Amino acid sequence: MADIKAPELTGRIDVPAVSEGASAEIRPHVAGEALMTKIGFPGKLVDDWQARAIEKMGDLLSKYRSLQVFLDICVQCGSCTDKCHYFLGTGDPKNMPVARQELLRSVYRRYFTPGGKYVPGWVGARDLTEDVLKEWFVYFHQCSQCRRCSVFCPYGIDTAEISMAAREIMDSIGMGQKYSNEIIGKVHTIGNNLGIPDRALADTLETLEEEAKESTNVDVKLPLNVKGADVLLVTPSADFFSEPHVEGLVGYAKVFHQAGISWTLSSYASEAANFGLFIGNYDNMRKIAQRIRQAAIDLGVKRIVIGECGHAWRVAYSFLNTLAGPWDFLDSRYPVPQHVCEVTYDLINRGALKLDPTANDQYTVTFHDSCNVARASRMGDRPGGQFEIPRGIVKAVANKFVEMDPETTRDRTFCCGGGGGLLTDELLDLRVKGAMPRMQALKRVMDSDGVNYMASICAICKAQFTKIMPYYKVPRETIGGVHQLVSNAIVLGAKE
Amino acid sequence: MEAVMAGQNVEVDEEGYLLQLDQWTPEMAEELARQEGIAMTPEHWEIVNILREYYQEYQIAPAIRVLTKAVAKALGPEKGSNKYLYELFPLGPGKQACKIAGLPKPTGCV
Repeated sequence: MADIKAPELTGRIDVPAVSEGASAEIRPHVAGEALMTKIGFPGKLVDDWQARAIEKMGDLLSKYRSLQVFLDICVQCGSCTDKCHYFLGTGDPKNMPVARQELLRSVYRRYFTPGGKYVPGWVGARDLTEDVLKEWFVYFHQCSQCRRCSVFCPYGIDTAEISMAAREIMDSIGMGQKYSNEIIGKVHTIGNNLGIPDRALADTLETLEEEAKESTNVDVKLPLNVKGADVLLVTPSADFFSEPHVEGLVGYAKVFHQAGISWTLSSYASEAANFGLFIGNYDNMRKIAQRIRQAAIDLGVKRIVIGECGHAWRVAYSFLNTLAGPWDFLDSRYPVPQHVCEVTYDLINRGALKLDPTANDQYTVTFHDSCNVARASRMGDRPGGQFEIPRGIVKAVANKFVEMDPETTRDRTFCCGGGGGLLTDELLDLRVKGAMPRMQALKRVMDSDGVNYMASICAICKAQFTKIMPYYKVPRETIGGVHQLVSNAIVLGAKE
Repeated sequence: MEAVMAGQNVEVDEEGYLLQLDQWTPEMAEELARQEGIAMTPEHWEIVNILREYYQEYQIAPAIRVLTKAVAKALGPEKGSNKYLYELFPLGPGKQACKIAGLPKPTGCV
């Protein structure tokens, strides 16, 4: 991987010259037989894959009206062409959202529209050949389902939904992606993406409690499987495992401690992430979400709070009720579910936390909106809460805050380059290039304002930037969580 | 898939991680490290040994804080940091050190 080179950091996001096939050789590993069958798909490419794929497409079209509409209504206006970070980073024209959609749309036309059936050549309809399938596998795994293009599409066509459908079709014929499918399998058997068994989780939390005690002299607890706790915290398992994620987990614990909220983690639902979304597969998404329901019932909690994880919040905020509801047994005075940022922001506004923002004076902070939070969910009770609430927290716990170029924040935010099931090493070249727009915007505020901390509320963003920043010669410590800053600033101990 | 490592037939994944923990030998660690561009020193071995011991006990590589704490305890507080681990394993202690130690690659949002 030593030959991976990051684009030069100029502070500008230039639209590249088109370079046919520039990223045609970047593809993820294919899932092996055991991984596929474990999560309900054929072990390998089935003999009659072409017929089955078309049948599956028909099935999805009948189930998801949106998919049919998105495939029908594109007028090829070109608004989306320079909006995808993977196009901007690679120059490969198939990474223009309209071209990515066309990979599926051309096949849809061939088998599902009169023009495509009778005069395919006239309407740009294509047979589903082996080459087309290979192209699908490459380019539908160069979409992080971030939905930025849909913001600029006058019709609101959501490429994420098209790429999810394409992945679902491929899985259904036995051609799946190893990274996402392996992780989904681990959640089904062990309860989390990383595959951390109960005992290891308990041991890890104990270590974190000891460390918190050593550094603060306060008994900050990270309770596991406590029956009768008020709050069940469901957080990405990277929060247990990795830097900088773990700093945020300690931050949540300190907030609950200081606010006197009784809370617990669950070893059964030890994962907020839900990669069922990335592969567009409802059954797997539901099965993963059901673990949260089961844990909530078993532990008898009253509230569910979700940790810093972008797509987990999308699944939780938008779909949890249909995937795993009804939630009538929870306390109806609180949103179901609630984001940990909503909890902390509310406590800050009520004056329930004592904060010392000078504890973060070594940082000039900016905020990177994570795509699934920014464009596929909300927070709080006002429009735009998903933008204002995390920023509100950051400003309360740090004195120096700077915004990046507004063309790259809020609902126009750029993906970190590793979302949507692409956070795997064989795609590192793509990930480095796809991070380019965000890195340019960051570079600008690093130069103009001395920004040295980019806060995010997503485990994928944190892992992705930790990995790719060194390629841009930016220290990996520049990325961190919002609750990592909270952890630094919160004053523990008796209230005045 | 099959591969030959340190003169023995072993099963590895696409990126060369051993698939069977018990096929690992110290000689393979040396060879895996070479592939990663790392020359094994006693300091590298200390980390590899801690990883293997933890895995035998818990069936997962240790979380970063558990690892830094164990390293601090065994080798002194100045070595119990993420920075020290990155100095030894520049592409990440989790992934690179696990590979050399013959453990499965930690995957998830890491």
